[in-house]
Amino acid sequence: MLLWTALTFPLPQASTMAPKTDALYDFIYWFSVLSLIPTIAAMLYFAWKYRAGKNTAPIPVIEGNPVFEWTVSIVLSFFFVAIFIWGLIGFNEIYDIPTGAYEINVIGQQWMWTFQYANGQTSTNTLYVPKGRPIKLIMTSKDVIHDLFIPNFRLKQDVVPGMYSSLWFEAPNVGENQIFCAQYCGTAHSNMIGKVVVMEPDDFNKWLNGIDPQKMNPLELGKHLFTQRNCIACHAVDGGSAAKANHGGPSLKGIFGKQIKLSDGTQVNADENYIRNSIVNPAGQIVEGFSPIMPTYKGLLTEEELNYLVAYIKSLKE
Amino acid sequence: MSNLAHSTSEANSPDYLHATKGLWSWLSTLDHKRIGIMYLFTTLGFFLIGGFFALLIRIEHLTPGKTIMEANMYNTVFTLHGAIMVFMFIIPNVPASFGNFLLPIMIGAKDVAFPRLNLISYYVLWAGAALAITSIVVGGVDTGWTFYTPYSIRTGTAVTLMALGVFVMGFSSIFTGLNFIATVHKMRAPGMTFHKMPLFVWATYATAIIQVVATPVIGITVALLVMERVFHIGFFDPKLGGDPILFQHFFWFYSHPAVYIMIVPGFGIISELITAFSKKTIFGYKAVAYSSLAIAFASFIVWGHHMFVSGQSYLASMLFSVATIIIGVPTAIKIINWTVTMYKGHVSWDTPMLYAMSFIFMFSIGGLTGLFLIALSVDVHLHDTYFVVAHFHYVMMGGTVMAMLGGLHFWWPKMFGKMYPEKLARFAAFLVFMGFNITFLPQFVLGYLGMPRRYYNYEPRYQGLHQLSTLGSWILASGLILTFSYLLVSLWRGKKAPANPWNARGLEWMIPSPPPVENFTTEPVIFDAYPYGEEYDHKYPNLFPASGGTHV
Repeated sequence: MLLWTALTFPLPQASTMAPKTDALYDFIYWFSVLSLIPTIAAMLYFAWKYRAGKNTAPIPVIEGNPVFEWTVSIVLSFFFVAIFIWGLIGFNEIYDIPTGAYEINVIGQQWMWTFQYANGQTSTNTLYVPKGRPIKLIMTSKDVIHDLFIPNFRLKQDVVPGMYSSLWFEAPNVGENQIFCAQYCGTAHSNMIGKVVVMEPDDFNKWLNGIDPQKMNPLELGKHLFTQRNCIACHAVDGGSAAKANHGGPSLKGIFGKQIKLSDGTQVNADENYIRNSIVNPAGQIVEGFSPIMPTYKGLLTEEELNYLVAYIKSLKE
Repeated sequence: MSNLAHSTSEANSPDYLHATKGLWSWLSTLDHKRIGIMYLFTTLGFFLIGGFFALLIRIEHLTPGKTIMEANMYNTVFTLHGAIMVFMFIIPNVPASFGNFLLPIMIGAKDVAFPRLNLISYYVLWAGAALAITSIVVGGVDTGWTFYTPYSIRTGTAVTLMALGVFVMGFSSIFTGLNFIATVHKMRAPGMTFHKMPLFVWATYATAIIQVVATPVIGITVALLVMERVFHIGFFDPKLGGDPILFQHFFWFYSHPAVYIMIVPGFGIISELITAFSKKTIFGYKAVAYSSLAIAFASFIVWGHHMFVSGQSYLASMLFSVATIIIGVPTAIKIINWTVTMYKGHVSWDTPMLYAMSFIFMFSIGGLTGLFLIALSVDVHLHDTYFVVAHFHYVMMGGTVMAMLGGLHFWWPKMFGKMYPEKLARFAAFLVFMGFNITFLPQFVLGYLGMPRRYYNYEPRYQGLHQLSTLGSWILASGLILTFSYLLVSLWRGKKAPANPWNARGLEWMIPSPPPVENFTTEPVIFDAYPYGEEYDHKYPNLFPASGGTHV
């Protein structure tokens, strides 16, 4: 069954660790199959061969066979210890962070990932990394426990409030790999999804240094932040409703200056303060028909960045 | 059929079901058999409620995103499924219902050591269950049955009530455990040495030790959780200066041994079924008996294997991994012992035996998939995915529930004096077997492919396997509904059961069905455990006049 899986549902091996973990997985899989089949075959054979009515031979009293039992125990112990040691070797590699790894800070919160790079660059839900270089993630959480899980890398690590945990990987190939939150964290746990974008080192550097705030006006900066902070994943800016279907938020096109109906029945004027409050305290005013699942950006954006975003949202005219 | 030593006294002594009448006679009973039956119906009722929530989970997963409920409702539903199944069904079910009914009879006693404590433990379970049910009524709990902090401290749902419910139900478990330990030590009939006890008694005894030693820890843990929620004392929430990982250590220090509270009594039932339906003495009596005890003690030093990616230290993970691998050996030996017991026996394919064979198949898969999770590097990938969900369902449902169903069919004639329809029962056992495997085998695949557990929404690429799993859950549910239906009908319509419908050789089969109030009307004759085979026919000619092997 699992072999059939491996053949028909291949899971990409996108980190240097993945093939090593899979090798042990395959070993345990074959060990399991080769010990399950004889056990079940023996059971069915005995049940058939010695079925009542057919087998009329007197029943012997067999109280045990120490040689048999000890042999089985020792053989099994040998395999079990081998599995333990093999797993430990892999675990050592997961724990042993190479010196000189490129460090990125990760902040988990309900229900979003923020990635901070050494030069001050930040991204939300998308982790950009260069290929072929060890990356060390230094992770903490703003609220409850989360878990950064990248199936294609065969790696995961809990992200715990009040402490740092770390995880390293090296991705040999350019590509995109999904990130799941694997530790249950509330309403939108299953939407706390991101991706790792593995890039050519040159492309990565271009992305990392690509933004020069000096050369952009506030509107352009706002538009850039809107994408970089992943607002775009949930809020349409062209009046489309596609985002809503994906458990997203209301479209922001042309909202500025409008009367907005809230879920508590009141109405509010969408002025600058409304937009600002909706970013730093999104649960405070929920638009009618939506759920309070937007994470707060309080503390994640500077005053200047808030100004840029407000400026950009104001510009989204009908 | 009737090889009864005491059949003559049957007419004189009223059976425990009819000795006294009326609801009050049940609610105030001190008879271990009646208390066992009350536990049986109560826990099976909770099993149906928990199963209903399981069906809701599976229906929700027919499509990604919303199928029938919103995310918050889903989170409540999977929490209640887990909490009800663990605390209100599987922990009390086999020890308290089968243990209560059988343990005194199997050691030749009239009752447990402390009959009043026994009745109290039943009402304490209800007191805790009432709190838990109240928490459901006022809006439910959305933390998962594991109550991980700091989420469980910050969520607005009724965690406090549910935690108090778990706290109170823990006392029920402790009382039952204390009672059984005292009963095994003090109430054995003259001649009933430890090495003559049936393996179900050994298993229940080992379980009782875990119940008494481990359960206080969950009590303290949830009490701390409640104090933190109500009085804001910082034990676990870093905002209040606490440590969230400490909670996980406390929680699993109970909840891992609790896994053995759930499965070890099942081991006991399987030993009874395999011997009775192979008409053969158990292969390796002492190995099976003492491995129950060994597993009980070892279960206390493996809790950290739930925490390999939690942030606990490297050394801790290494030690917990190696300790867990050691536990695998006695468990594997048990499976081999049960299989080899059938060798050269007279194996009949009655319903209880079908469940026993299902158990061997599914529990083996449960055990072997545990090896994937014990290998540290592989666990890093599989932890908190559907692979884990499938693994523990193979152990808990493929293991304990199959054993429970086998035991239920085996002892049903003894408990109620009625036979169930055998052909229908075999068909239902087949449905349960197919349904279970169709439900849970795809979940191993989902887990390997990275599908995290407790996910309301999922990526479209997982949909096919989810739908297959949901289909299986419907087959499984129909098998179980059919089973409980014909069992209930048999109470009124069933053929009258003889004292020993299976030609089995345990003390409980030497007394009438249903048993008299005092269990034994004359001093019970004590014989070896599992005295099957010609040798024993000669050794106890008065007890077993016919050759036990012939199945008529």
